[in-house]
Amino acid sequence: MTPRILEVRKDVLKKNDEFAADLRARFRSAGVFVANLVSGPGAGKTLLLERTLAALAGTGFRPAAVVGDPETDNDARRLARSGVPVRQIRTHGVCHLDAAMVGDHLAGWDLAGFDFLFVENVGNLVCTTSYDLGEALRVVLLAVTEGEDKPLKYPGLFNSADAAVVSKCDLAVACEFDRAAAWANLHAVRPGLPILEVSGKTGTGMDEWLAFLIERRRAFLEPERAR
Amino acid sequence: MHELSIARNVVEIADGVVREARADRAIMVRVRVGLLAGVAPEALAFCYEAAARGTRLEGSRLVVESAPLVLRCPVCPRDIEAPDVRLACPVCGTPTADVRGGRELTVESVEVV
Repeated sequence: MTPRILEVRKDVLKKNDEFAADLRARFRSAGVFVANLVSGPGAGKTLLLERTLAALAGTGFRPAAVVGDPETDNDARRLARSGVPVRQIRTHGVCHLDAAMVGDHLAGWDLAGFDFLFVENVGNLVCTTSYDLGEALRVVLLAVTEGEDKPLKYPGLFNSADAAVVSKCDLAVACEFDRAAAWANLHAVRPGLPILEVSGKTGTGMDEWLAFLIERRRAFLEPERAR
Repeated sequence: MHELSIARNVVEIADGVVREARADRAIMVRVRVGLLAGVAPEALAFCYEAAARGTRLEGSRLVVESAPLVLRCPVCPRDIEAPDVRLACPVCGTPTADVRGGRELTVESVEVV
């Protein structure tokens, strides 16, 4: 047969995008606000989440979490201590979560029974970028120990975020963290990005972070009420 | 390294094209990857070879076209190609998060025989 070129113009991640759209519709109808936490490994996602789950549960909200790691269920066991529903996704080496993995791990949960669902992604600043998980909010963590130029090195992920948390703030002085440079770099790749400064260890900035989440959830639910 | 999953998706899409066209196999697949798509072209090409093995795409050539970052400047106001990843108008310097191009990750065309 003679060679012929066929035009396709198809999104490579179409399947994931469709799955994510289904999840987003489910989350919306259940009234659960979903946040996808992304960062490099060791930026403090689990500690932040541990604190967040405990604080939200303590103020009468009903949070839950799914956590992704290539191996082990250490994070889920750690988070389960807060007493809220937590599930571990073991990706067996895969460097990101996709919408299908998240969907599979929601089985049997009554989503309407949750106010917040946190998805702690695999620690990875590249691969997590393109996978929509149906979240309402994507939060990227940048630890003060990582260097201020991370946003410039990984622009795709930082650009895709709806908010940034500068974590491990208690170590800022010891690391000679250049706050102004970090903010400038975050805003260089994502103008207008809201930035919160938090220390999961000392609790500094937790109140602002929680207030931010609660406000975003309120805004998320608003169109529902207006209807 | 998520390029293997991406490569598998590319193979799956292109294989569907070969099947629907009732062709024998593909000899070239053209993909378009945006600057912000988070995909390394070299890694994708490497994984593609592995993903294509044993399929109707085995031995086909993967051509990776890169899509530039295109920003809409609120001041200028037009779509301008940015020279790097900074989200500011390269002409007047106004920061902008209005990305009009650079997130693409698409299979553009498949050459079949």
